[in-house]
Amino acid sequence: MTQLGLTDAVRDVIRRDLLVALRRRADALTTVVFFVIVTSLFPLGIGPEPAVLRMIAPGVLWVAALLSCLLSLGRLFTTDYVDGVLEQLVLVPQPLTVLVGAKVAAHWLISGLPIVLLAPVLGLQYGLGGDVLGVLTLSLLLGTPTLSLIGAIGAALTLGVRGSHVLIALLVLPLFIPVLIFGAGAVTSYIAGIGVEANLSLLGACLMLAVVLAPWATAAALRIALE
Amino acid sequence: MSVTDINWFKYSSPQALYPLAGKLTPWFSALAVILMGAGLYIGLLLAPTDFQQGDSYRIIFVHVPAAWMSMFLYVVMALWAAIGLGLKARPSYMMAQAIAPTGAMFTFLALLTGSLWGKPTWGTWWVWDARLTSELILFFLYLGVMLLRTSIDDARRADRASAVFALVGVVNVPIIYFSVQWWNTLHQGASVSATAAPKMAAMMLLAMLIMSLGFWMYSIAVILARLRCVIREREERSSVAGQVERPVAVGGV
Amino acid sequence: MLDVVNLSCQRGERRLFSGLTLSVASGKLLAVSGENGSGKTSLLRMLCGLLPPEQGTIRWQGTPVGELGESYRGQFTYIGHLNGLKDDLTPLENLQFAARLAGVEATEAACREALQAVGLGPQIQRLPSGVLSQGQKRRSALARLWVSMRPLWILDEPFAALDDAATRSLTRRLEAHVKGGGIVVASTHQEIGVAPEFMQQARLAG
Repeated sequence: MTQLGLTDAVRDVIRRDLLVALRRRADALTTVVFFVIVTSLFPLGIGPEPAVLRMIAPGVLWVAALLSCLLSLGRLFTTDYVDGVLEQLVLVPQPLTVLVGAKVAAHWLISGLPIVLLAPVLGLQYGLGGDVLGVLTLSLLLGTPTLSLIGAIGAALTLGVRGSHVLIALLVLPLFIPVLIFGAGAVTSYIAGIGVEANLSLLGACLMLAVVLAPWATAAALRIALE
Repeated sequence: MSVTDINWFKYSSPQALYPLAGKLTPWFSALAVILMGAGLYIGLLLAPTDFQQGDSYRIIFVHVPAAWMSMFLYVVMALWAAIGLGLKARPSYMMAQAIAPTGAMFTFLALLTGSLWGKPTWGTWWVWDARLTSELILFFLYLGVMLLRTSIDDARRADRASAVFALVGVVNVPIIYFSVQWWNTLHQGASVSATAAPKMAAMMLLAMLIMSLGFWMYSIAVILARLRCVIREREERSSVAGQVERPVAVGGV
Repeated sequence: MLDVVNLSCQRGERRLFSGLTLSVASGKLLAVSGENGSGKTSLLRMLCGLLPPEQGTIRWQGTPVGELGESYRGQFTYIGHLNGLKDDLTPLENLQFAARLAGVEATEAACREALQAVGLGPQIQRLPSGVLSQGQKRRSALARLWVSMRPLWILDEPFAALDDAATRSLTRRLEAHVKGGGIVVASTHQEIGVAPEFMQQARLAG
């Protein structure tokens, strides 16, 4: 029997969450279906005018991605908290911040990545051109991991708390605003012909900052929740 | 840190704070009344009428100091939260708890006065001006801190969880502020800023400064009074639950 | 050597115990008894660092666990009230993940053997844990002790929901562990059948 290191632990945490998600496909699918339905509702509410749809598309797709992420956050730690797996995770002799990062990575693979991949298809409903769809996908690819990272803080803080579903939205949505602005802004500025570099760099900066700080805050919140 | 340090923070300090806060509150209240009275007198009666906006601009004597206080108090709250987490000091959490409602109140006041000012100035109650929008988000953050606290029954966990959120918020506030400004320039929505004060006469500046000082004193008075409520509330809860020391018998081997 | 000095515990507004001092030598099993709500679980959670003590110190081999930090977490196996099993994974998968996260590369054969030792045969090893009975789940969690290499075992009511065969099996395992110089701290309501010379008792008075 050999001693296993940090990378093994990270891989195992991700593998376990992916395996559980695979056995419980309905959960992950709910988020994706929600994303599809929300984006399809807007044309029905606003009307099929192509110019209007093209104009609102970046905002609508981004807000829908944001809400889907919010919807899936409840699952991030709750089941682990209830069945005691979280307790065991905290006691693993590896830095909890890194293990939390692994859990967030798994969460993004399960509920963020499908949205990134679906967005260009749904963008077609709004009459977006090929290059715009590319920018949209790129912005989501850079932005949704940040949403998962920030969301994890809210999920950890509201663990086992009364009315946590509503509370988590209240805590997390204001913190999502910069990502929403830069993400939807990238697409909008591309359509307006202003160039996307600035917005995408800012999205990247948000991601870097979130990668450094969010797991730390999440780990602290988890320890508080488990006391 | 030795055990006695923790003891001092946990038990002696709130008991020492309680009478101190009680003694200081009337003084700060009196100062608040005097300064706010003077500020309003200068602002409403002595300061000259603005040639563009008429008398409606005078709301800035409330709006601007309220906006300042709202941001300042959030930082102070986060600071107490950080001290609480760092030193495991209960009184710091109590301070953070006492500050939140006053901060939220000033944020709301800034939003309300901003909106009241918008109506005569731009003919609309709400403009998506960068600063007003940031103020709105700040209001959400205050609500988050307060609701998170009230949703958690265990006082210790409530203290620490809301402290973590306050700190997360304080890291985010500058980013949010920047992003909202960025968004504003991208969309060129409102060309006039709600708080871009007109060229200020010395008298206006004086009124604004005195009002700010008055708000400061008011905040201190209210926060100290609320701190007393928090201390008493917690002590009542713990005495009801029974501080009875349970004897422990440990049999060896 | 596990030392507890002057430990106090407060949950919410309630003082559970204070001034608790005890010491468990290597090769001993400490049985912690006491009424419901006397703080047994809190004491065990403090021992593994899930719950910071209100007051007092816990020492492992003479060093306060606060100073040991992460490396202390590599010294013990904790099985709490919750089994720590994912309902969607099989007992075998659960055990393998638990062992690997504990830092031990446990082979599939070793894990199967461990599950067999707690009476979970090859048929049951293939079922999702969610469909198992309470007793089977508990045994599935306890199987971690058969692959654990850690010197200190902290167990919360390990015998609850176990049948006679599983109880005997666990007792033998615990005895083997303390005979090999390990330490066990277990909260329990019943007598533990380990030979008296290995036993220590502590009672939390309610």
